[in-house]
Amino acid sequence: MILKGKVWKFGDNIDTDIIIPAQYLAHTDPRVLSQHCMEPLAPDFAKKVKSGDIIVSGTNFGCGSSREHAPLAITGLGIPLIIAKTFARIFYRNAFNKGLALLEADISDLVEDGDEIEADISQGIIHCKGKEIHAKPIPPFMEELINEGGLINHLKKKLEG
Amino acid sequence: MGMTITEKILAAHADKDYVEPGEIVDCRIDLAMANDITAPLSLEEFEKVGAKKVFDPNKVVFVLDHFTPNKDILSAENCKRIREFSIKYGIVNFFEGGQCGIEHALLPEKGLVVAGDVVIGADSHTCTYGALGAFSTGMGSTDITYGMVMGRIWFKVPESIKFHCYGKWQKWITGKELILHILGMIGVDGALYSAMEYTGDAIGTLSMDSRFTIANMAIEAGGKNGIFHVDEKTIAFMKEHATRPYTVYESDGDAKYKQIFEIDVSKVGFTVACPSLPSNAKDAGELGSVDVDQVVIGSCTNGRLEDLEMVAEILKGKKVAKHTRCIIIPATPAIYGEAMRRGYFQIFLDAGCIISPPTCGPCLGGHMGILARGEKAVATTNRNFIGRMGHPESEVYLAGPAVAAATAIKGKIVRPEEVI
Ligand code: SF4
Repeated sequence: MILKGKVWKFGDNIDTDIIIPAQYLAHTDPRVLSQHCMEPLAPDFAKKVKSGDIIVSGTNFGCGSSREHAPLAITGLGIPLIIAKTFARIFYRNAFNKGLALLEADISDLVEDGDEIEADISQGIIHCKGKEIHAKPIPPFMEELINEGGLINHLKKKLEG
Repeated sequence: MGMTITEKILAAHADKDYVEPGEIVDCRIDLAMANDITAPLSLEEFEKVGAKKVFDPNKVVFVLDHFTPNKDILSAENCKRIREFSIKYGIVNFFEGGQCGIEHALLPEKGLVVAGDVVIGADSHTCTYGALGAFSTGMGSTDITYGMVMGRIWFKVPESIKFHCYGKWQKWITGKELILHILGMIGVDGALYSAMEYTGDAIGTLSMDSRFTIANMAIEAGGKNGIFHVDEKTIAFMKEHATRPYTVYESDGDAKYKQIFEIDVSKVGFTVACPSLPSNAKDAGELGSVDVDQVVIGSCTNGRLEDLEMVAEILKGKKVAKHTRCIIIPATPAIYGEAMRRGYFQIFLDAGCIISPPTCGPCLGGHMGILARGEKAVATTNRNFIGRMGHPESEVYLAGPAVAAATAIKGKIVRPEEVI
């Protein structure tokens, strides 16, 4: 799958309290959650971001709590992909379970807000600023899960089979 | 090649003789837990897959601790949903109202976790139970749904990092100061995806309460789990609280570690983590100019009896500073009751503290102690991210119980010697 979008750049250690503050956690609807995405750091983000835009970040993206509200707040805005140098462990699992693609690559210094980038998710190849960057490959086991349509579809099949 | 305690527990639950870091294993689980924030999403997924039952009604746990006593209509609706689900599916370990405490203090106290278990929880601080020699880790709601239905879940076997701790503890220094010290050393991603294993004489002399505190904050270093070896204190704790049989696993002498740290605990001082990362470690003695509006003593990190005992000792006969609020939150009803019987409540009330029922409350900026713009808090909790306890321009300093109590008296961050 090839994705094309405009960059929104964030720094290191973007934690889940920034992605979606605790005061909104009684909600479960991605449309409601998404309106508060990144609010403490960038109050305008939810209003300005467009469906298809891509988040680029540094190390340890998604650190902190296990709240699945975090990937939901991001997918609720139509953001299909995050490219970060590293991801926090729980966020990594949650994102794949919620259909949000993640690529591990260090492109933060290469791009600016608003730059166009193109990413081939299955190949892990990113094109930006005339450069071709290879992301760390997605673990084969995760790829299988994605091909099956995520963990819940995998479970459904098991229960039906 | 030998195995670590973490690898051995995962191997046993995957019915394998040997596993190694990086390997994906499918493990049986002994417990799956969720709370009032994360369970609603799990239950939505449960309905989507059309499951008819949970894998074992004794091994699914719901703790309604975050926004309870319900802070608003939405949180009440969520709890109602979980309650109805629990009744429908016969969930034995459903905790709310007067039975409810903060999940990570409650589960060990109720004897729901023992050494050798594999536990998953839809809460990042599920790693707390590693203090009992169990493998436990946090996940998202969807993974918990899978666990609830199948009684299994996949893991990537983590690499292990060993923290070998030796030396004599200084007075008032607890597991909290040690883990803040370690976070200062390795950073908030210093143990990313790894197991943090604690060994050494200095760990042997630590209380179980302090061990829970250390295991609790593995996630603050990006760790997958924190884990301790079983000793006579662990066994005494399990005898007092649990009835299930336990299994003791030991790391082999030739087990492989990604890194080994040697820590002389006599050099660990009154570490405080400054805003807005748990790794911004400084000594309390360097921070005396910070005016503090609120002190919070509680949470799954430091709301246990040892913490309240220390706080009572320091607050006895003293007053909280005029313009500072001090909120004390015993983590479970049992801790609450014991603190009351021991006379701590009178000391807290005489000092001018607020005593809260067991709840996560202000720890995550939920309710019962939200900060205004520009306010500063010292908390015995585990996270000080931007806006964690309220307004995005409020700030949280993380500390151990003694520094928190001393700070309440002075209204400024100080070491406990300054008020004794
Ligand atoms: S006390 Fe704080 S850190 Fe612990 S479970 Fe509750 S909200 Fe999470």
